[in-house]
Amino acid sequence: MTHDAMLLVDALRDPAGTARLDPAGWTALLTIARVEQLLGTLARKLSGLPVPDAVAHILDEARVNAEYQRRSALWEADCARRALADYPGKVVLMKGTAYVAAGLKAGEGRHIGDLDIMVAQADLPQVEAALLNAGWEWVKEDAYDDAYYRDHMHELPPLIHKERDRMIDVHHTILPLTARPRPDAAAMLSDANALANGLYVLSPTDMLIHSAAHLFADGELDGGLRNLWDLHCLMSEYGDDAFWSALTNRAAHHQLLAPVERAVRLAHQLYGTEIPSGWRRWHRQDKHYIRRLTARDHWGRGTHKFTRLIFYIRSHWLRMPPLMLTRHLWTKWRKG
Amino acid sequence: MTASQGIKYKAEPADQILVTPLDSLTLVYQRRSGITHIVAEPAPEILAAMGTDAMTADEVAQRLAAQFDFDGTQAADIIAARLNELADLGLVERCHA
Amino acid sequence: MHEFRVQVGPAAFRIGSQWKRPLDQLAEFYRDYPVPEIPDYSVRLESVSLLRRFIRPSVAINGDYMLPDAAPLPLAQGLLAAEMAMNLQMALGWRRHLLLHASAVEKDGRALIMTGQSGSGKSTLAAMLGHRGWRFMGDEFVLVDLDSGDAVPFPRLISLKNEAIGAMMATALDGRFGPLMPETPKGDIRHMVPPADAIAAMSRPARPALLLFPSFGFDAAFREVGPSEVFMRLTQASTNYVALGEKGFSTLTRFVQTVPARAIDYRDGIEAEALVNQLWAECV
Repeated sequence: MTHDAMLLVDALRDPAGTARLDPAGWTALLTIARVEQLLGTLARKLSGLPVPDAVAHILDEARVNAEYQRRSALWEADCARRALADYPGKVVLMKGTAYVAAGLKAGEGRHIGDLDIMVAQADLPQVEAALLNAGWEWVKEDAYDDAYYRDHMHELPPLIHKERDRMIDVHHTILPLTARPRPDAAAMLSDANALANGLYVLSPTDMLIHSAAHLFADGELDGGLRNLWDLHCLMSEYGDDAFWSALTNRAAHHQLLAPVERAVRLAHQLYGTEIPSGWRRWHRQDKHYIRRLTARDHWGRGTHKFTRLIFYIRSHWLRMPPLMLTRHLWTKWRKG
Repeated sequence: MTASQGIKYKAEPADQILVTPLDSLTLVYQRRSGITHIVAEPAPEILAAMGTDAMTADEVAQRLAAQFDFDGTQAADIIAARLNELADLGLVERCHA
Repeated sequence: MHEFRVQVGPAAFRIGSQWKRPLDQLAEFYRDYPVPEIPDYSVRLESVSLLRRFIRPSVAINGDYMLPDAAPLPLAQGLLAAEMAMNLQMALGWRRHLLLHASAVEKDGRALIMTGQSGSGKSTLAAMLGHRGWRFMGDEFVLVDLDSGDAVPFPRLISLKNEAIGAMMATALDGRFGPLMPETPKGDIRHMVPPADAIAAMSRPARPALLLFPSFGFDAAFREVGPSEVFMRLTQASTNYVALGEKGFSTLTRFVQTVPARAIDYRDGIEAEALVNQLWAECV
């Protein structure tokens, strides 16, 4: 099994160390950075360092792309702000858009996809109506999927803007309702911090907790290196003593202490994030996560097929109790 | 005066847009969004006339009337409709009190 | 995984394949092109499943940039799969120039650029003119420099479709042609190596001088196309205009303000060549 993604981890951790790379090493590094959606981040880290001309061109393009994604994400957030101007509740930006809107290091060069916002669950109908009125529409008109989203998920079925062709995910909490942990969404909303334009972002601890929960519970660890990089940046930027002591209590309050602790340890292991000594208890399963996160060959292909499958099953298990999972898959299969 | 006529609008600042007239149509590139709008008159004229002021449709119509020598009261409805379109594009913003 | 590398114009590719044959074909047809050290893009031709690597082998296209619904192709069309994958990387990834889905030829340092829907004949016209006194620059993408506004060549293998195959084999008697691939998703396809002068000059840009929107199948005619219509059509023909932001805007506005544009109708190559020569003399 090859773990060529360590090339990427090393380059992010020690950008100047890329001076030792030969053309094959650069090729693997750039290919893997692209797959992990960290090429823009890598370009930021390598700014000002001497690199081969061919690499400089690729990094310049990555910077253009990152700027494009930043611009589009902020504009999409602004469109949502204007659409929800009459909504009195808090509109909280999440993930990549939140990082760039709040000017955080985690947003620098970051790939940003859909717009994610969180609002109070009770206000979903009002928010939904306002968005529909401003040109967003349902991505798919499917009664089963719709019911599935509304009954079990932590967000509305995705909406897409009919002119700008951009998606918005409206969350009311950070995990699917079927997941075992029950984060306190109301507390997250009430502690969210206002930006100058009237939109909100999660408090530093909640931001980190959300990112950690997202890493383990809301996916198959795909894109995990980027997610951990977010965490690394958040900890580097926010991690004073007060932050760390608040983090433990807050994560426990949201029933997410274990994933947060693991995310913190993994970021420390991979990216050398500075964490307090009390958080450095090594867990015997951590090495499996590290292996899974770095399992790529120099073509960017995921290696470790078996581990990948286990993680896939595990992630669905986490999101849905077994019986519900079977019912969900069956409905999907029957519909082809 | 209806409620909608009382709404004030603010235009995207002039240094945030690039305006390039081509033929009967004009390109408006908006820096913040990265979106290029292809607009017909009087949209570019409205944006230019508004400057940095928050204005109602009536006020914009009066200002344009003074510049282009037409009857502002008759044009107010047209201007209001164009302002709404520009607001939907994000080139002007409806001001909330 | 077998590996092949090639530089086409400013873009460098690494192509990996589980089968050797498609790469042998690429190596043969791209033998006069430079071999890059560090590629811009990696593309992989892989079997759909382990079984399908050997039984009715089927090529799935993977790479840095992928389309989720890209259907696999039979191994006999491996060369086409590689070409499609390389095009896809350009269309989705390229940010160094304004990318136009267009063909181009050059004369006296000036570029004639042709763009239009698939079936408009832009590719065949460029291939034909490339054998009749013009330098062939590319049949799929024209790259417009973001600072100078010049057209930069991208002379990949020419992709001939259906009737164009016979026509080009009759025109380019010394041409090097790939295997005939019948009944691909795009019809019959045969690749052709660009003329030697096109490959030799693949890093030499040309100033855009005339833009044509060809339509095949109508009586010979032409009409002027105004700048705002050209602008709209070219934003449709560009996959990276929006991503380039302000640079894309200034590059494209300069293009539409300085390059005369005509829509032309034609029924055959002779008519098209006559129209091209007439408009070139009038506009350039």
